[in-house]
Amino acid sequence: FHREAKFQSSRHLCDSAFDSQGEGARSVPLSGHVGFDSMPDQLVNKSVNHGFCFNILCVGETGLGKSTLMDTLFNTKFEGEPMQHSQPGVQLRSSTYELQESNVRLKLTIVNTIGFGDQINKEDSYKPIVEFIDTQFEAYLQEELKIKRTLHSYHDSRVHACLYFIAPTGHSLKSLDLVTMKKLDSKVNIIPIIAKSDAISKSELAKFKIKITSELVSNGVQIYQFPTDDETVAEINSNMNGHLPFAVVGSTEEVKIGNKMVKARQYPWGTVQVENENHCDFVKLREMLIRVNMEDLREQTHTRHYELYRRCKLEEMGFKDTDPDSKPFSLQETYEAKRNEFMGELQKKEEEMRQMFVQRVKEKEAELKEAEKELHEKFDRLKKLHQEEKKKLEDKKKALDDELNIFKQKKTAAELLQSQAQQAGGSTTLKRDKERKK
Amino acid sequence: HDDMENLEGYVGFANLPNQVYRKSVKRGFEFTLMVVGESGLGKSTLINSLFLTDLYSKEYPGPSQRIKKTVQVEQSKVLVKEGGVQLTLTIVDTPGFGDAVDNSNCWQPVINYIDSKCEDFLNAESRVNRRQMPDNRVHCCLYFIAPSGHGLKPLDIEFMKRLHDKVNIIPLIAKADTMTPEECQHFKKQIMKEIQEHKIKIYEFPDTEEDEDNKLIRKIKERMPLAVVGSNVVVEVNGRKVRGRQYPWGVAEVENGEHCDFTVLRNMLIRTHMQDLKDVTNNVHYENYRSRKLAAVTCNGVDGTKNKGQLTKSPLAQMEEERREHVMKMKKMESEMEQVFEMKVKEKKQKLKDSEAELERRHEQMKRNLEAQYKELEEKRRQFEEEKVNWEAQQRLLEQQKLDVTMEKNKKKGKIF
Repeated sequence: FHREAKFQSSRHLCDSAFDSQGEGARSVPLSGHVGFDSMPDQLVNKSVNHGFCFNILCVGETGLGKSTLMDTLFNTKFEGEPMQHSQPGVQLRSSTYELQESNVRLKLTIVNTIGFGDQINKEDSYKPIVEFIDTQFEAYLQEELKIKRTLHSYHDSRVHACLYFIAPTGHSLKSLDLVTMKKLDSKVNIIPIIAKSDAISKSELAKFKIKITSELVSNGVQIYQFPTDDETVAEINSNMNGHLPFAVVGSTEEVKIGNKMVKARQYPWGTVQVENENHCDFVKLREMLIRVNMEDLREQTHTRHYELYRRCKLEEMGFKDTDPDSKPFSLQETYEAKRNEFMGELQKKEEEMRQMFVQRVKEKEAELKEAEKELHEKFDRLKKLHQEEKKKLEDKKKALDDELNIFKQKKTAAELLQSQAQQAGGSTTLKRDKERKK
Repeated sequence: HDDMENLEGYVGFANLPNQVYRKSVKRGFEFTLMVVGESGLGKSTLINSLFLTDLYSKEYPGPSQRIKKTVQVEQSKVLVKEGGVQLTLTIVDTPGFGDAVDNSNCWQPVINYIDSKCEDFLNAESRVNRRQMPDNRVHCCLYFIAPSGHGLKPLDIEFMKRLHDKVNIIPLIAKADTMTPEECQHFKKQIMKEIQEHKIKIYEFPDTEEDEDNKLIRKIKERMPLAVVGSNVVVEVNGRKVRGRQYPWGVAEVENGEHCDFTVLRNMLIRTHMQDLKDVTNNVHYENYRSRKLAAVTCNGVDGTKNKGQLTKSPLAQMEEERREHVMKMKKMESEMEQVFEMKVKEKKQKLKDSEAELERRHEQMKRNLEAQYKELEEKRRQFEEEKVNWEAQQRLLEQQKLDVTMEKNKKKGKIF
């Protein structure tokens, strides 16, 4: 029974008496009705009580009837002023509605792209869309990583399905379509639909669908495949997969056909009935999107697209599952390693700054020392000069003193001579007088 | 739903529950049940009775058959199927619990087991590459109370106090067929009183939206703790084959609501609240474990005290915040260092300036000193020169006079001849 085998992929029968750490589970028969077959019901009851949530993103050029299709699908006139196309660039606007059908409450969020395809240069048109999807993933990731978190009451805003509206040209996909879908196919479940398909004839439509499908394949665009692994729905899903992309018509206007009022578009040449499977694939879309695979779309978003985003984000931040020796990290080790790395980085920065200051201080000190040295040298020179001047002065002083001394001696000698001369003059005079008298 | 589908304006998301149902059946279910209690309280028998299978049999004997010296924690995994629904049931046994003379810390292996399962799940959940995560966490712990009739034993209280915030505890009175209904009532009241006194949080059945169910739940709550009887033996009573214990005086039937609360336990544990037990484990007990674990990791940081109030952030967001704080800290540090640097430079420069001024001043002084001396010298020389000139002039005068006298004399002499 393949279901059982798939579930217990690593199962092996344990022969030992007790398999305390073992992986395998042995099958035991029940001798009566235990009652755990109510588990699915228990689970379902809880889900119903909690309420469901679903988020659809509608991507397509202006005028392809995105809003009308949503109204038709959910049989509700969703309020919304007609989209204002005043802003340049692509805008995303999301609105959330609370719907109820029987006992099932659904929180439906519809996100519309406004202005998609209106620009002359559409190279960046896909960017706001990718950003929006990533933002929702990021919000979930942040919540999941919080220490105190409340995941079970978290309002999941991740995009579960992207309806890509293809213009009914009848020829092929536009390059904008290919570029955009290629950017989105790893982030969201893409369901391409041919919008306003009442503009295409049946034969043209068949060709158009084949062309679109082959272009998607040749460009490697992964669109959402309705799952075929559950036997209950495998047949209908694989059947529907063959009808992709769905050619739809939307209308909230009602026309009387026979004695019933049906949603339709009235033309002079006839009336296109939305829910007539011969007229368009609307019913198929509704069946697949809502009645059969809504839960799978949510699951795929969570287990595939979100996981991919998460993995890339964590790897970007440097988280790894195994250390260089290929031993698995425990969460604690991972966080601690990251934290140590982080702390080390911060400390390094601090060290660098300190070092820089130490360097500056050193340089400044050297500078100032240099200045001090120069100052001292200057004054040493001055001092030397001063010494020289002083010496000169001393010499001059000495010279003067010498002269003074010589003069003094001269003076003294002269005076002595004079006094001697006077005495002698007296005696000389006497002598002369004596001679005269003779 | 067929009727609904033809209703006007039927969208179809009312079919979501069916989709969920379908997927859950495909996935299969898991449940881990732990049984704790002294040996001989009929734990294995009760498990077999609950799941109507010989989980413990001759080939796979129950832990009671083996004598343990210390408390072990052992798990057995079985796969059971019913009504298309597959359940992987893990029964965790604790042989040796409460059997020793000194039972201090005999709850520790149990705590370790529960924590290690949470740890496994946490690690699996935190991997970069996540795969299908099997849920091996303990969803429910049946705690067996010996039917003493008096009250809880100290060990019972200790165990429940330590485990009540780690796992859903459902206390059971074992071997209820040893008490009369009145004794049992009294015992139950006593136990519940003690549980409240010690503020032990046992698993609470959540109220539902439907009043009918609520009435039922209230009835169950009044019977807590449930008194159970288990049996591996089928006996015949009044032509019916029932599980029961045969006594000379009659048969205590396991599934007879007047004999014991077994049916209540089974209905509650398996048929109505199995999913809730898993949800409470996941949303409450596991989250508590996780936040405690992660808080410990992030509090290893630079400022342990600062982080206590920031449990609402993920560790990564916290690191981002710390990074930003660090940038600010660095800026502040930088400006402080800059200030200190500038101040020191200013000081040094000022000192240098003062030093220069001082030297300048001294130099000036010396210069003036020297200049003064020069002036003095000049003055002295001038005086000297003046004196010299005067004296020389005087000398010349004298000489002249002398010469004049001599000339006079000579003149006179000449005339005489």
